[in-house]
Amino acid sequence: MDRKMWLSLLAQSSSEDVKTLWDKAGITCDSEIIRAAEIGAVMVQGRQGGTGAPFHLGEMSVTRCSIKIAEGYIGHGYHQGRSKETAETIAKLDALLQTDKFELILKSVLKPLEKLVQEKQYSLAAKAAATKVDFFTLVRGED
Amino acid sequence: MYVAVKGGEKAIANAHRWLDEERRGPVKIKALSIDQIKGQMSLAVSRVMAEGSLYDPELAALAIKQSQGDLIEAIFLIRAYRTTLPRFGTSLPIDTDSMQCKRRISATFKDIPGGQILGPTFDYTHRLLNFKLLADGEVMEAVNQSPEPSSMPHILELLNNDGLIQQEKATSERPHDLTREPLTLPADRAVRLQALTRGDEGFLLGLGYSTQRGYARNHAFVGELRIGFVEVEMTIPELGFSIVIGRIEISECETVNQFQGSKTEPAQFTRGYGLVFGQQERKSIAMALVDRALRWKELGEDNLGAAAQDEEFVLYHCDNIQATGFVEHIKLPHYVDFQSELELVRKLRHDAAELEKASE
Repeated sequence: MDRKMWLSLLAQSSSEDVKTLWDKAGITCDSEIIRAAEIGAVMVQGRQGGTGAPFHLGEMSVTRCSIKIAEGYIGHGYHQGRSKETAETIAKLDALLQTDKFELILKSVLKPLEKLVQEKQYSLAAKAAATKVDFFTLVRGED
Repeated sequence: MYVAVKGGEKAIANAHRWLDEERRGPVKIKALSIDQIKGQMSLAVSRVMAEGSLYDPELAALAIKQSQGDLIEAIFLIRAYRTTLPRFGTSLPIDTDSMQCKRRISATFKDIPGGQILGPTFDYTHRLLNFKLLADGEVMEAVNQSPEPSSMPHILELLNNDGLIQQEKATSERPHDLTREPLTLPADRAVRLQALTRGDEGFLLGLGYSTQRGYARNHAFVGELRIGFVEVEMTIPELGFSIVIGRIEISECETVNQFQGSKTEPAQFTRGYGLVFGQQERKSIAMALVDRALRWKELGEDNLGAAAQDEEFVLYHCDNIQATGFVEHIKLPHYVDFQSELELVRKLRHDAAELEKASE
């Protein structure tokens, strides 16, 4: 799992899941804040006709935070929504994932989060599959 | 003209306290939680996010609670909040082809790659009140079926491959942003789509309906309607690459309209497009109809003088926060203004009476 993948996974995981797994992993981290957690917005773009030129669809709330750990690595946390605590935890995870703690975090945080995302997607796909429909065309009588 | 008034602080404060009490309702009944609104009023939440122009289900639920269910008031609260947020950046355009669909239907083709998925729909219900809900009846769980992995390409691409539908040109041109720069006319399609997606559902529904009834003569089919989740990706400057910053629910509608052809274009189908935050099927269809009607000029069609073709009319009146602000402000004190009108009417009557007297 590379940095783009773990940051993408963490950004869309729920705050509760991130907190639970972080606490459970019992990782300690000496860090200083280099950009305090702040809530902001990102303008989401769509495409005209789904495939054409871009247009502005509307904003979404996002929280970000940057920290530096004692080992010297910088971590950036981005998270959908408005949880400053989660953004800070993600920043710590991002920094630690660049150290020898990678395997530990992969096993105790990233893999379980990935499983939760997959389960959620599977559950939606399973319900959708049950509503797959085959319509028959009937010939309309003339009178 | 509105002239400021002073005073009344105590009455205003008391009115707001009463409003708080009214909003809460009878205290012996448990208060609504934000999670309840988010989970059980999810379509209202969708509407507030789309017209409030901020995707945040929790805040939309809070706004609905605070506004006693007055959705335009809730949208107003969200619009006010979003102006306080710093803008971190702009996402890459979302890829609706890779949407995880909970619903996906086509009214033009019966057999489509990936299949037709009804999803959680009100369609085909009998619109009978369910009295079990009145008695807090528990509901049955959804049925599960093991999903077959299949891609769901956009159906209109089938027509595109045969050259039978007007092409969308993918450019990387930076679109104008209505929330940053004022609306100017003529507006390009990017601006129109931004205005429509945050526009009032009821207004667009009425306009869309008018195009079907003959005002702008557009017979549209729903080529495809899909509702589901997409990832939002943004380039992060401090990282130097893009990451997914979240996952949002959206509704997308593509309509197909017949087009007789013009001097430069052969007879082919044309498109209308609707894309909205949340699960908002009706709004996405209405948006696609209005988008198509507004494209008359670029497609070389005649202006039939229909309201839905009139860019200025549509774009300047579809925003319900602007509309409610101006419509509702006339209830605020206009004493000075009205006093001058009163004096004017009295003077006119007085002058008329004098004139009559003089002529006698």
